[in-house]
Amino acid sequence: MTGRLARIRRIARTTRILSSVGAILLIAGCTNYYEIPIETPIKPKLDVSAFQRVLVAGFIAGGTDDVDGNLETTRLLRSQLRTKSDLRVIDTDVLPLMEVANETPGTPAEAKAEPAKPAAASDGGEGREAKEIRGKEGKEGKVDAKAEPRGEAPQTSTPDKAPVIKDAKDLEPYEHIFADVEYWKKIGEEYQNPLIVTGTVMFTPHQRSGIVQREEEVYDSFGRRRVVPVRTYMERKGYILQPKFVFIDGRTGTVMHSENFREEVLYNANQSTPALSSYFELMDRLIPSFLSTLSSQKIKGTRVLLQ
Amino acid sequence: MRTRVLTILLLFGATATPLAADARSDAKKQVEFGIAVAQRGLWREAIYRWERAVQIDPKYAEALNDLAIAYEHEGDLGKARVAYEKALELEPNNALIKQNYELFKEINDRTTRKDTQDSQDNQNP
Repeated sequence: MTGRLARIRRIARTTRILSSVGAILLIAGCTNYYEIPIETPIKPKLDVSAFQRVLVAGFIAGGTDDVDGNLETTRLLRSQLRTKSDLRVIDTDVLPLMEVANETPGTPAEAKAEPAKPAAASDGGEGREAKEIRGKEGKEGKVDAKAEPRGEAPQTSTPDKAPVIKDAKDLEPYEHIFADVEYWKKIGEEYQNPLIVTGTVMFTPHQRSGIVQREEEVYDSFGRRRVVPVRTYMERKGYILQPKFVFIDGRTGTVMHSENFREEVLYNANQSTPALSSYFELMDRLIPSFLSTLSSQKIKGTRVLLQ
Repeated sequence: MRTRVLTILLLFGATATPLAADARSDAKKQVEFGIAVAQRGLWREAIYRWERAVQIDPKYAEALNDLAIAYEHEGDLGKARVAYEKALELEPNNALIKQNYELFKEINDRTTRKDTQDSQDNQNP
């Protein structure tokens, strides 16, 4: 009796399998489909057709003193724009934006009270006049088509000094510089009315501990392997990168567009990852979005055409 | 009287089915041609063919799906969304259309989200 039942069950199961296979074959046979590669063009957010040149002026940077956010960001964006945009990149020294912000009216009292030297540290410790002279040199057609190597700074910096800007709140007193139309107009005139890219960069160490879910292999009493989610307490550390890119029209000195980003990375506490390597890891995630503001991008993918 | 009405309805039903079948068959020819040219990279011609197919048979979900893909390829994301949504309205359980739409949405939502973020940034600099 039991054997008969088992046979009936086996037949039923085989019939079910055969019928589902048949159904799949029938659908596949009836529906003609063709996989096709496509490239979706994404229009740039800014119309930069009026510009022939781009000046990555520099950034007001803060956070960790292990990475000079100003120099690294300027260098990286220049190198990306050289290869991935039609604009000619103006190769010049980084502008001492923190100093300029401290000098210009509109700076809150607490920011003015900050010592000027550390602010200039991220800009190389030179005054505005020196920069202006250098700027004039740049004006005389110093447009470079070669990529700057990552290890080579456009100008020296002193990362051993503690940064004045520790968090996003510390950036606020300096942000009025981006609205200083006269200043940017003057810079624009010096460099033959380019598109100016500037902004702020916060690169801060970050630590988080808590319950993390990860997958673990286990074997049951029959030796069968299973992957189960396991919740464990972990201490992790990493970095948060928060850049704000400001695009300024060099002809008028006005802000055309600005964009905020935030990326973070966390590693096991016992894993030692250099700050610069984390910085590049996070910037790599942001670069496509940055570039899509200035030039059209194509996103590759596949779709299925149906008949 | 009732017999007459029934006869008219039957006649209408009998003629309507072949008419719809004819429309689908004509539209199918356009779709086939569209696929052949799209595979050769002639997307404009493909769009023309698939638009014709949809005109002939507006309930042809596969044609709408193909048209949406072509619009996507041309960067016309607004038109692509409308076409995908119509296709899914007609065939909500079609896994292949759903899959195409999900992939499209990933790109489209990313650009829309960026635009929204930009307008917010510009409002609160």
